[in-house]
Amino acid sequence: MVGAAAPTRDAVLAVLDEVMDPEVPVLSVRELGIVREVEVAGDGAVTVTVTPTYSGCPAIQVIEQDILSALEQAGYRASVRTTYAPAWTSDWIESAARAKLKAYGIAPPGRSESGGGLVQLMRHRAAAQCPYCDSRDTELRSEFGSTACKSVCWCRACRQPFEEFKAI
Amino acid sequence: MTGGPATPAPSIVPAPRQAPDALVEYLLRLGDDRLVLGHRLSEWCGHGPILEEDIALSNVALDLLGQATMFLRLAGQVEGRGRDEDALAYFREVVDFRNCQLVELPNGDFGFTIARQFLFDVHAVVVLDALSRSGNAELAAIAAKSLKEAKYHVRHSGEWVLKLGDGTAESHQRIQRAFDALWRFTPELFAADVVDAAMLAAGVGPDLAALQAVWDGLVRDVVERATLSLPHAAPPIAGRSGRQGSHTEALGHLLAEMQIVARSHPGAKW
Repeated sequence: MVGAAAPTRDAVLAVLDEVMDPEVPVLSVRELGIVREVEVAGDGAVTVTVTPTYSGCPAIQVIEQDILSALEQAGYRASVRTTYAPAWTSDWIESAARAKLKAYGIAPPGRSESGGGLVQLMRHRAAAQCPYCDSRDTELRSEFGSTACKSVCWCRACRQPFEEFKAI
Repeated sequence: MTGGPATPAPSIVPAPRQAPDALVEYLLRLGDDRLVLGHRLSEWCGHGPILEEDIALSNVALDLLGQATMFLRLAGQVEGRGRDEDALAYFREVVDFRNCQLVELPNGDFGFTIARQFLFDVHAVVVLDALSRSGNAELAAIAAKSLKEAKYHVRHSGEWVLKLGDGTAESHQRIQRAFDALWRFTPELFAADVVDAAMLAAGVGPDLAALQAVWDGLVRDVVERATLSLPHAAPPIAGRSGRQGSHTEALGHLLAEMQIVARSHPGAKW
């Protein structure tokens, strides 16, 4: 446990590495890019800045609570603040975390598209790779899935539905 | 009630209200559009024509509710009277709501819901794109975040306009009827008043007249590809609009359902 010395930033980050996303429990809140900043004040108070993935994501309140209780259990005085800029992007999920998503059965996100027109219909998008059989012979069934961050796909090769983490 | 000092009868003439802060009003409009439309879409939950659509409409509803939360929270902070987003959502009366009338209309059939959603979604991407460059940094951040979601919302509703318009005779007829009925509610989306003028002058809000031309082009492009047509001109707004608190009968019924739990159990936590 933590002694009298002020906590180091690295020690706080190590605690946050153990806080998992409630909807995608194989990824930590850091791996998802939800944690944007960690500050340790001279008096030892820890401030964690988070950003929501989707504006309506119901998990964000649970995530904030989980962060606070993990830090308090580790002996820190912590608070959480929220920022919206820059807006969260799935591009912040790095390759190690993408591999964890795939192993969990969720196709990792492609590159997010910035720019382009405001109204883009019937766009051609790269087919997701099936997380089960690695085939690219897949189709998007619906851009909307069980949570805000996932869409529903179908693999023609192994004839199974699967979820893809949305690229935004 | 006897013996005490006589209290004057309450006046039926309301006390003159302090001129509302233009930024608060502006944020309420952005928030209320999304709160009310999000609630309308949530009414489809469990009633969608197919499972994927049930999930899609509920997902869009959730996004809109999240966006409303951000706009209303900021409105409450700027107002500085201690009202948070829940107080603004659940404890205001119909005349205090600042949403456009388009979003409060009852859902109708799936075609009506999609046509309304498309008209709103194109408005959303055009306005949010402009607001992402607002001189108000907090508003710009919320707009930029919401724009990412609005872009896939309009892809969803726009692709449905194509499918229904260019689909069967029945689907074509139904969504054409929806556009015909909805068109007269669209001028309100771009009718600039003193609040919009103040926001434009302050470098906070966009020039609505310029945005209307962009919106019109984007809407007509999709509608024509869907083999549908739009009425040539919508009648101008007569009198006050939803932006000033004038609403259709439908909003009162919607709020009654949306607000009942919060008002019956004020301060309840779960």
